[in-house]
Amino acid sequence: MADVIAHHEFDPLSTGSPRRRILSKSAVYALLIVFAVCYLLPLLIIFLNTLRPLQEIVRTGFIAWPHEVSAQYWGEAWGSFCIGGTCEGVSRFFKNSLMMAIPATVFSTAIGLVNGYILSKWRFRGADALFGLVTLGVFLPAQMTLLPWAFVLGKLGLSNSIAGLVLIHTVQGISFTTLFCRNYFLNVPDDLIKAARIDGAGFWRIFRRIILPLSPPIIIVTVIWQFTGIWNEFLFGAVFTSGDHQPITSAIVAFSGSGTGERHYNVEAAAVIMAALPPLFIYLVGGKYFVRGLTQGAVK
Amino acid sequence: MSSLVINDLRKSFGGVEVLKNINLSAESGEFIALVGPSGCGKSTLLAMIAGLESVTSGEIRIEGRLINNEAPKNRDIAMVFQSYALYPTMTVRDNMSFGMESRRVPKAEQAETIARVAALLQIEPLLGRKPSQLSGGQRQRVAMGRALVRDPKLFLFDEPLSNLDAKLRIEMRSEIKKLHQNVAKTMVYVTHDQIEAMTLASRIAVMFKGILQQYDTPQNIYERPVNKFVAGFMGSPTMNFLDATISPDLGVIVDGGDGKVLPLQDGQIAGLVAGQKVVFGVRPEHFSPVEEKRAERKGGRSGVVSVKVDMVEPTGAETILMTKLAGQDVVVSCEPDDMHAVGDEVTLAIDMTKICLFDPKTEARL
Ligand SMILES: Nc1ncnc2c1ncn2[C@@H]1O[C@H](COP(=O)(O)OP(=O)(O)O)[C@@H](O)[C@H]1O
Ligand SMILES: [Mg+2]
Repeated sequence: MADVIAHHEFDPLSTGSPRRRILSKSAVYALLIVFAVCYLLPLLIIFLNTLRPLQEIVRTGFIAWPHEVSAQYWGEAWGSFCIGGTCEGVSRFFKNSLMMAIPATVFSTAIGLVNGYILSKWRFRGADALFGLVTLGVFLPAQMTLLPWAFVLGKLGLSNSIAGLVLIHTVQGISFTTLFCRNYFLNVPDDLIKAARIDGAGFWRIFRRIILPLSPPIIIVTVIWQFTGIWNEFLFGAVFTSGDHQPITSAIVAFSGSGTGERHYNVEAAAVIMAALPPLFIYLVGGKYFVRGLTQGAVK
Repeated sequence: MSSLVINDLRKSFGGVEVLKNINLSAESGEFIALVGPSGCGKSTLLAMIAGLESVTSGEIRIEGRLINNEAPKNRDIAMVFQSYALYPTMTVRDNMSFGMESRRVPKAEQAETIARVAALLQIEPLLGRKPSQLSGGQRQRVAMGRALVRDPKLFLFDEPLSNLDAKLRIEMRSEIKKLHQNVAKTMVYVTHDQIEAMTLASRIAVMFKGILQQYDTPQNIYERPVNKFVAGFMGSPTMNFLDATISPDLGVIVDGGDGKVLPLQDGQIAGLVAGQKVVFGVRPEHFSPVEEKRAERKGGRSGVVSVKVDMVEPTGAETILMTKLAGQDVVVSCEPDDMHAVGDEVTLAIDMTKICLFDPKTEARL
């Protein structure tokens, strides 16, 4: 329990002759800028295409500066574009994705917290072996689980439903959340648990009053990890759902592929960006906590 | 009435036996110190009393009740941890009320108790703070406070002062002593610091390698240690152990010297035979200048020896001399005014009423 230490950035380029400092810093920044541009350019091109009329895209190609700018394609993509005979845009698939990603994130995080708490603080014979098995799931390719899941969903009557996807993503996520939480809770001193037991607190009271209040950093990490992972996931959605029940990732592929006749590049581009917004938003809001949570111990 | 009784207690982790056949009892209101080097099983014993470790065999009773299999909360104990184990996300007040909430103590009574204990420990200004905003000494007090809000049959302390700096440690030591006089509860106090044990305890249990070596009053432990380990562990600087032989007239001859006989007292010679090999134990503070006649003034006898000074370590209150007696290393404590220099040959008197003789093989005191 060291006192809070102010964090000072170590700057290896802060000493040396002025010439060396300027040269080395410019080299570093130049390199960073090159990479940032490479990474952001595709996003910019997609974004510009959301604003361009279709004829212009067809005439001048995909990579060009917009002449005529309009936000109407965003509206079409969201609410009125026709996909598979229904002209409601991607809004309903967006809602599907929320209905899938939010509960699955909450459930897998909650279960991971309890698992991590048990595996780190209420150790039992075979706890390490069990932990090994749970984390095996981290390395298991999702494709391998398709067949078992098809079987389970069929038995449970959850085929082609959001609830089925929630179940899949909750279970698939437990490996990660358990790994994260258990390793984080290892940093919580055992003496706290012992003191609480002498104070008369039981399993859940210790969890609620001592472990949970120490957990925000790791909760942020697992929520970001799970939400972005589940939102961006495509395989399960494409395999187990169709029509109205698809998450947005699978729906976008469906509507760009199922087009009869001309492709609406501008509307498709807007839909793609919409699909990418929630993870992007989560990252912008929580990104710094994510990095901090991964490196921080439980007790400062 | 005995407040704590431990009978034939054993503890194994896997195949390793870390506590062997411990027998111990504490009267009501007594202050017991468990002392021994690191890894000897003190914390394990305390954790077993607290109910945090299972009992392999034997029994633990608190006020007559067998508690081997009771949950910690049902043992009526309070414990202070070496790491303090303050709940990091709670304020000092919440730390203190957490246990009372678990025991469903009414709110008004909780507030009253916290106020009383906070006043006793002078931590009222800290009640609203988090543990991370406290200094080491303040955390220590809060940890004590958290134990004191309970009115248990038994207080358990696991090296509560070992994370404090030297000055604070001495201050808190006397506070704990005062506190014990105040609350008059049975306390079991684990420490590796023999001075803490000597100053605080009414009885000391000296442990080594999972075995209870001796359980006695501080004075008896110091003057009549049962074996070489206890003699060497208690006291600072540590006791000198010299190879020696019993002379025909039942005195002590230090091996490797001029054969001078150091006279033993009447009470010390029972069972000794001429020519017997012994370990001659003498504490550094039992050397004195010959002319002081310290032993003689008490009706005892001195053994006069001559030592050669190898090194001088002044500590202020006393000066420690590293010397050679008949070629064997001997540490001597003397007054700072007795100016001795490296290389001096000094003649000193050993207070023979205070010496101990040990069997060289069994290491038990003779
Ligand atoms: N949970 C445990 N599992 C295995 N060995 C342990 C465990 N706890 C303590 N020990 C061993 O028991 C011995 C006594 O430890 P401890 O009671 O902590 O000693 P002390 O408090 O006197 O320093 C040590 O050798 C330690 O390695
Ligand atoms: Mg210990």
